Amino acid sequence: MGALTLTAVTKSFGKTDVIKGVDLTVADGEFCVFVGPSGCGKSTLLRMIAGLEDVSDGEVAIDGVRVNETAPAKREIAMVFQSYALYPHLTVRDNMGLALKQAGESRAAIGESVNKAAGMLSLDALLDRRPAELSGGQRQRVAIGRAIVRTPKIFLFDEPLSNLDAALRVATRIEIAKLHRDLKATMIYVTHDQVEAMTLADKIVVLRAGRVEQVGKPMELYNNPANTFVAGFIGSPQMNMLSGAALGIKAHTLGIRPEHLAISRDKGDLAGRVSHVEKLGGETLVYVQVDGQGLLTVRLLGEYDWQVDEPVHLTPDQTRAFLFDADGLRIRG
Amino acid sequence: MQARSSTGRTFAAHAVLITWTLIALFPVFVIVVNSFKSRKAIFADPLSLPLPSNFDMVGYATVMHQGDFFQYFLNSMIVTVGSLFCVLLFGAMAAFALSEYRFKGNTLLGLYLALGIMIPIRLGTVAILQMMVASGLVNTRTALVLVYSAQGLPLAVFILAEFMRTVSDDLKNAGRIDGLSEYTIFFRLVLPLVRPAMATVAVFTMIPIWNDLWFPLILAPGEEVKTITLGSQVFIGQFVTDWNAVLAALSLAILPVLILYLLFSRQLIRGITAGAVK
Repeated sequence: MGALTLTAVTKSFGKTDVIKGVDLTVADGEFCVFVGPSGCGKSTLLRMIAGLEDVSDGEVAIDGVRVNETAPAKREIAMVFQSYALYPHLTVRDNMGLALKQAGESRAAIGESVNKAAGMLSLDALLDRRPAELSGGQRQRVAIGRAIVRTPKIFLFDEPLSNLDAALRVATRIEIAKLHRDLKATMIYVTHDQVEAMTLADKIVVLRAGRVEQVGKPMELYNNPANTFVAGFIGSPQMNMLSGAALGIKAHTLGIRPEHLAISRDKGDLAGRVSHVEKLGGETLVYVQVDGQGLLTVRLLGEYDWQVDEPVHLTPDQTRAFLFDADGLRIRG
Repeated sequence: MQARSSTGRTFAAHAVLITWTLIALFPVFVIVVNSFKSRKAIFADPLSLPLPSNFDMVGYATVMHQGDFFQYFLNSMIVTVGSLFCVLLFGAMAAFALSEYRFKGNTLLGLYLALGIMIPIRLGTVAILQMMVASGLVNTRTALVLVYSAQGLPLAVFILAEFMRTVSDDLKNAGRIDGLSEYTIFFRLVLPLVRPAMATVAVFTMIPIWNDLWFPLILAPGEEVKTITLGSQVFIGQFVTDWNAVLAALSLAILPVLILYLLFSRQLIRGITAGAVK
């Protein structure tokens, strides 16, 4: 059990409104990712759910029970931090068992829970070490283990992969996804990395400047963005935003993903020059400078030889294009 | 080229440090050396080392026989350690509150607490004496501990608050989620991480207290509560000064404070080299 409901939640620091009214439901067992640029309030929102920040107005409820005034330790949540936040003076075993010890569990029960969690994360060999003797990846696994031991209603992750290198990030991401399948627990995960959001989430919440821009399944956001912000944020490389006036269409902006932009040497809707080529093996990214439209990205599957400064023509696939009005809102129909 | 210039720089740096050390240690050296010499030898050749011909322990003998020097030592120790304990404990607690919690008037309170750094406590001597008389604390070690705590707190709060702001918020929050009380977070998580700052504050607080003559003279001149600095003054007279005894008393007074300093400096190094949070 671990459903979360936020009702018109706001947060102000003095006169600055950081969270401007968020309504959200996260079902039991759901993996929900808060994503957005830095300063959008996603971490603040997570800390409010954890009880580490007061809620200025509105209601936070876990399993239908209002928890606004409940202390963090009593909310039956566990949190994993970006900086791991392991207790430097305790061994891995004691780090993982501390919460249960504080809750007054018996020594045997604590040992059993710790061993079980350590087994899940292959931490058995490290149990008697101190955090200073562990690598970054191991520390983050201990931090995750510390959360598992508590068997919380909701797991909260605050950018847990940001301090890891690229290879470890992918490995730990897979581990978290597997953990979610095994534990079937509700997880709320904060990140600024849309790849993490897309790969982990059942439900993505895109935040900007303290407001929810769009909520949906990863593919819903990808295939059906509500506005230019979500369209630009979800998907990598970023969606190309073309000026409608220059294309001779009514809409203010036409959004087209790099994979839906055809490139040709002879003919096409937009003439430009190749300004840079990135060959990644499996795919090739061609950056084309188009007058009046700026730098556009074309994504081609496989290896291609495009020369810098070569004149080229681009054609957007109109069936995959998104149209937006002057306020950045999607024009549907 | 690189190596030579860096060797030269190292040499210059060490030369400066050694010169400074010699200058700083010179008075201490003169005191200790002369405390082992006869009165005649002190005046005849103050810089010479004690030789068999002029070696004399008369100063130490006088110190041991006149007055209760062991008691004076004990008083100094009690007053210093007591004040140090209060300054570190209350200073750290105030610093934690100022750096950790958002409340109305936080900045103002911080400034108020730091104000004492700029105002010498001795300006208030008369008022302090009146207060001590009114509360019946004259001629007690408690009076000195109270005054020295007040004297040491502003700097302690100021330095420790700055250091505590650098302690990871995540760590404190992890503790809160695990159900640790604010006191446990303070004592078990934050204090060990600001140990280097605590050692610095301890050293800066301790030395002026140990050496102080003013407040013991005014607030606690009684025989049974005299501190060592005040106790040594009996040998300095208006017309005759027993230099052997003065030098011997001063040499002895260096020892305890030196031991305390060594204790803290070890903590300081341990604090710096201990594993970081991340």
